[in-house]
Amino acid sequence: MSTTTSEALSETTLLRFATAGSVDDGKSTLVGRLLHDSKSVLTDQLEAVERASASRGQEGPDLALLTDGLRAEREQGITIDVAYRYFATAKRRFILADTPGHVQYTRNMVTGASTAELTVILIDARNGVVEQTRRHAALAALLRVPHVVLAVNKMDLVDYQESVFAAIAEEFTAYATELGVPEVTAIPISALAGDNVVEPSANMDWYGGPTVLEHLETVPVTHDLSHCHARLPVQYVIRPQTAEHPDYRGYAGQIAAGSFRVGEAVTVLPSGHASKIAAIDLLGEPVDIAWTTQSVTVLLEDDIDISRGDLIVPSKDAPPTTQDIEATVCHVADAPLTVGHRVLLKHGTRTVKAIVKDIPSRLTLDDLSLHPHPGQLVANDIGRVKIRTAEPLPVDSYADSRRTGSFILIDPSDGTTLTAGMVGESFASPEPVKDAAEDDGWDF
Amino acid sequence: MTTTVAAVTEGTQAPYALSHLDALESEAVHIFREVAGEFERPVILFSGGKDSIVMLHLALKAFAPAAIPFSLLHVDTGHNFPEVLEYRDRTVAQHGLRLHVASVQDYIDRGVLKERPDGTRNPLQTLPLTEKIQAEKFDAVFGGGRRDEEKARAKERVFSLRDEFSQWDPRRQRPELWNLYNGRHAPGEHVRVFPLSNWTELDVWQYIAREGIELPEIYFAHEREVFQRAGMWLTAGEWGGPKESETVEKRLVRYRTVGDMSCTGAVDSDAVTLEQVITEIAASRLTERGATRADDKMSEAAMEDRKREGYF
Repeated sequence: MSTTTSEALSETTLLRFATAGSVDDGKSTLVGRLLHDSKSVLTDQLEAVERASASRGQEGPDLALLTDGLRAEREQGITIDVAYRYFATAKRRFILADTPGHVQYTRNMVTGASTAELTVILIDARNGVVEQTRRHAALAALLRVPHVVLAVNKMDLVDYQESVFAAIAEEFTAYATELGVPEVTAIPISALAGDNVVEPSANMDWYGGPTVLEHLETVPVTHDLSHCHARLPVQYVIRPQTAEHPDYRGYAGQIAAGSFRVGEAVTVLPSGHASKIAAIDLLGEPVDIAWTTQSVTVLLEDDIDISRGDLIVPSKDAPPTTQDIEATVCHVADAPLTVGHRVLLKHGTRTVKAIVKDIPSRLTLDDLSLHPHPGQLVANDIGRVKIRTAEPLPVDSYADSRRTGSFILIDPSDGTTLTAGMVGESFASPEPVKDAAEDDGWDF
Repeated sequence: MTTTVAAVTEGTQAPYALSHLDALESEAVHIFREVAGEFERPVILFSGGKDSIVMLHLALKAFAPAAIPFSLLHVDTGHNFPEVLEYRDRTVAQHGLRLHVASVQDYIDRGVLKERPDGTRNPLQTLPLTEKIQAEKFDAVFGGGRRDEEKARAKERVFSLRDEFSQWDPRRQRPELWNLYNGRHAPGEHVRVFPLSNWTELDVWQYIAREGIELPEIYFAHEREVFQRAGMWLTAGEWGGPKESETVEKRLVRYRTVGDMSCTGAVDSDAVTLEQVITEIAASRLTERGATRADDKMSEAAMEDRKREGYF
């Protein structure tokens, strides 16, 4: 493999994506195959895998071993936590949040999907769309992951039949679309044999679409920001107070959504003070415009009292502030979340006291049924909660802004992260959930 | 049914796109600023190695034109390369920073720690580090660890909670959602923070080149007296090499990582510029640690065990 200097030095784009699939669907093999076939596995790593495979009496290298890191997993042969993988092609750099697909690990999938712009959902072609698949689709829809890839795996075990793939792709796409997933790309693959993962498959010439890697390389990572609400949570106030900079007062933060321009009229929340942007400092370089996820320092024309936890927004597009938040949450802690629970809520750069006022319903991901008033949420539960905060917060709906529409709940006593929250409606579509009030809480 | 995506070749010129380096830089700056906003006594682990140099560069950018609100901490094994110590001291002076040193040699001299039979001192760093953290009451400790370095690190959080013994419990780590980091901890506990979590070795080198960051000379090809042990070129020196059975020879080498002299190996190289180094690395078929770090070869679970004890 020869690499020219210009290629090694050139900057590309970055895609964060996540995987979901069950223990038996071959997810570790798919990830191992992506790393291996994109030449991201290096000699010593491969040797280690070959040694480990041989010592277990396996024939040939088990690519799944490339990704199973902790001892407990090696012993159990399953993946128990989110692992992050890195690989690159000439076109793009990838960060993969590799999450286990077993039912009890919902929270890991939520964690992985929270920063992902694309999710790969894996299906065993022999089993088709199963309960677990529906759960994965529902989670991708809940987390508003912009792009979903359906990888129909083990096509070699169904004789590479187009009809098998087409039926699964159709069923899944219909389901995901109903949930409001904006884009589904279905790809027939064999992770074990390598069909359509990196290299196009010779066994499926009926398929004319991209391989998994080709799709990952070309899916857009830029967004049209013209319809986004611009948001800058203030992280830190920079005041050098030196002879050189006696009056410098900059508000440092990472733009959470949209873009800001010099001269723009802005409002600071929750105080409501208004000013204009005098300058934007992009890590040492003055710029006229800055946009989402750039870390910047903003200087304002007026000397107003701003501190960490405030939110700078365009005056013409300010969110309402509220002390009553209704959200869909995933409970991620081992101890349950109960009505009346006193918690801390972190939103953007602000952490406030809050109380869980009500848990109107729990959502069963398998069939999207709602169970009213469960009283508590346990680990890996998805549910609706009503929260009252001690101070008004400028929250957006999660549908509009993944960064300013999300929050976490923290246990004030020991700092445990309890719950991941998404403000507003669960799904993009109007009514995908059904009321299970008639069920008396039975799960069939 | 299948949505095919029109193949758009995206340059970094696309409106509102961030190049991969800009995205990683912005994320690291965000992490530094979160810690500055939420912790009382943060400290940056600074060894004069390339990852800690990049960390410091990012911290300087995050708070410019003000000074960084952190001090630096170096765990000195007593077997460090002189070029690196010289670089460390020059950097500290240049930016008017405060440097704390935790010395392994002190602990050996006092009889608290014993020299290992193999002469390597990397595993001995844990106690001086954790005692210094306790003594100085540091509540956030920035490390240059990257998730791509090793399998146990692939599961490390950006904010990694340590108990009062600095121990890392993989099952007590908190899920990290969106970019909402949770730094809450009990008195006596601290949080290790890894701003370079999502960087790869190549990203670090590309960033060094892009930003024109100066590095210690040992990262570039130079003539050095080395001997071979466990398949690596080690520097001859008072730390314990070469043994009688080992022969010293003069070779043209460079270092890919810089740690303790006793376990950091050099690679044959004639790369004298950053560009040449990057080209070599991009074409290399060996991972950074696999090629040059003896300490990670101990066992499949070596790093996991050391992390539990409070290692970086």
